[in-house]
Amino acid sequence: MPDNGGIDRLRDSGLDANDAQQIYRHMLLARAISEKSWLLTRQGRVLFSMPCDGQEAADVASAYALNSQTDFIVPYARSLGAMLVKGMTSQEVMLNMFGKAADPNSGGRQMPMHWGHKKLGIFSMGSSVGTTIPRASGVALASKLRGEKTVTMVYFGEGSASEGDFHEGLAFAGVYRLPVVFLCNNNGWATSVPVELQSAEPQIAKRAQGYGFPGVTVDGLDPLAVYQAVRTAVDRARSGEGPTLVETNTIRMMPHSSSDDHLRYRTQEDLDAERELDPLPRFRDFLVSSGLLDEESDQTMREAVDQEVEEAISYADAASSPDPTTALDGVYAP
Amino acid sequence: MSEMRLIEAVRDGLREELAANADVFLIGQDIGVNGGVFRVTEGLIEEFGPNRVIDSPLAESGMVGVAIGAAMNGLRPVVEIQFADFIFPAFNQVVSEAARMYYRTNGEYSVPLVIRAPYGGGVRGGLYHSQSVEAYFAHVPGLKVVVPSSPYDAKGLLKAAIRDDNPVLFFEHKLSYNTVQGEVPEGDYTVPIGEAVVRREGQQLSLISYGLSVHHCLEAAETLSAEGISCEVVDLRTVRPLDTATLLESVRKTGRACIVHEDNLTGGVGGEVAAIIAKDAFEYLDAPVQRVAAPDVPSFPYSPTLEDALLPGTPDIVWAARQLAAY
Repeated sequence: MPDNGGIDRLRDSGLDANDAQQIYRHMLLARAISEKSWLLTRQGRVLFSMPCDGQEAADVASAYALNSQTDFIVPYARSLGAMLVKGMTSQEVMLNMFGKAADPNSGGRQMPMHWGHKKLGIFSMGSSVGTTIPRASGVALASKLRGEKTVTMVYFGEGSASEGDFHEGLAFAGVYRLPVVFLCNNNGWATSVPVELQSAEPQIAKRAQGYGFPGVTVDGLDPLAVYQAVRTAVDRARSGEGPTLVETNTIRMMPHSSSDDHLRYRTQEDLDAERELDPLPRFRDFLVSSGLLDEESDQTMREAVDQEVEEAISYADAASSPDPTTALDGVYAP
Repeated sequence: MSEMRLIEAVRDGLREELAANADVFLIGQDIGVNGGVFRVTEGLIEEFGPNRVIDSPLAESGMVGVAIGAAMNGLRPVVEIQFADFIFPAFNQVVSEAARMYYRTNGEYSVPLVIRAPYGGGVRGGLYHSQSVEAYFAHVPGLKVVVPSSPYDAKGLLKAAIRDDNPVLFFEHKLSYNTVQGEVPEGDYTVPIGEAVVRREGQQLSLISYGLSVHHCLEAAETLSAEGISCEVVDLRTVRPLDTATLLESVRKTGRACIVHEDNLTGGVGGEVAAIIAKDAFEYLDAPVQRVAAPDVPSFPYSPTLEDALLPGTPDIVWAARQLAAY
């Protein structure tokens, strides 16, 4: 029997059944790519990965609140789900993972999961975190000065919120009421340092008050709650009311990166307990109980996602590496 | 043509580019109604409005970060850092982001950004209003670094910098703002980035410099001329990329080279120029390459007696050139 409460919740969040299935599919795809990428690093076929496991609900549902054609994203390394919603294909992601010449993110110049795709409105990120935050304010400033109704959303972790650039970027956006959404994925860990050691006030959203605009904290494991909060922030930005800081409380089910061992600083019990909170089965159960998904279509969707990722891996593995004679090219724009 | 102070030439360049291209905007501290602490942007907010001349919060990294984002989204920002000494909070944005954006995106994103900053000592500004910072940035692939010496160059190079699709650091010697005057054409012209110029022809030695120090070299050359020492003065104008052809041509002709800058000696632009000369003009040299620069102290101290003891000036160049000529 469908649970009508679920249908009501979906409607209240501003989504329909198709949206919910799209969000679920993107979450599945992000998880599949993240898991496969991890395995590829263990096999030595890919040299680096930053898993997004546990963050799919926050990334996919937040990006789903943007206009994927016209709005901008300034990502960070764990924004895979948002990249997929914005239009990056599995093939493009795998070209990036393998560092191949055709990788639209950087043509093999940056480490994997350092996103940037101009045609999709994804602004390039480096590895020095937090620098993206004032940059996003600048992207939004340019849109505003041109009179465009474009919204920019910048993603970062709670660790990056300790950088001075967080403060400087938010202060500027507040003063000039820029159309930007600051999306902080608070998964509690900056590599090995817990949020309690980042700040004596671990709720990042509270800081927005200091910049004169709203800050909200949502359950980052619930895509409907994330969508609703981000949609409100996006609408506010688009209508000229200025920025919002949205904090999604998420989990980090995997180590910081393929070069990290999280058992050096976390207990197995802690990790096991966190795995119980995995947003994927939770959302699937919600969809099933609401009559929006059945076991068979879930299975069909999972198989299609796995096949898509396997094909992308084969494609990227076989693609050409960058020509070493191009290593000196492009230091300066002509 | 009209006679202008260097500060007026910079303002002229900014005004013309603001008028010519709606994508150009200025951002910095105090540049709005206050017209900048040196008054470079005086009158521009009245002429172009607060959307084109934007007062920033006191946050150098933030304003450069904002400018990079705006540049990546199609605009042409010109940042004013109040004093070059205060650029360091923005170092990460300049070096890690602006400088390598084009390379790291395989040519997808360029950063057409200009960062202007007054540099240099001699104004009793102490350790934090006197520094030369060009060497830090001249080291970085992906950046261009310009240090004009004349009003004509200041305007022409600034206009070229604003039209360039790469990040350009543009350092103006604060003492030159009101002390250096020269002929500046009215209307549009540019001076190409990366081209040095011979300011004075000479036969016996080459004085190679940039910025305000070029004027000290010209004064020294005049003094030395009376002693029968014929000096050529090469104004690099751009310290990255260096115009190696022009400086090598001069040294191959004279056989003696002295590089002059106000920045301190170690790791300065002079070391790079000396290495280029040593490699590509070695057979032409009649004497070791000399450098005149500030000593390795942490910028110029406040007290006039202390600052004057350290500022490299015309007498230092004359002394070094005499040694070089006599070698």
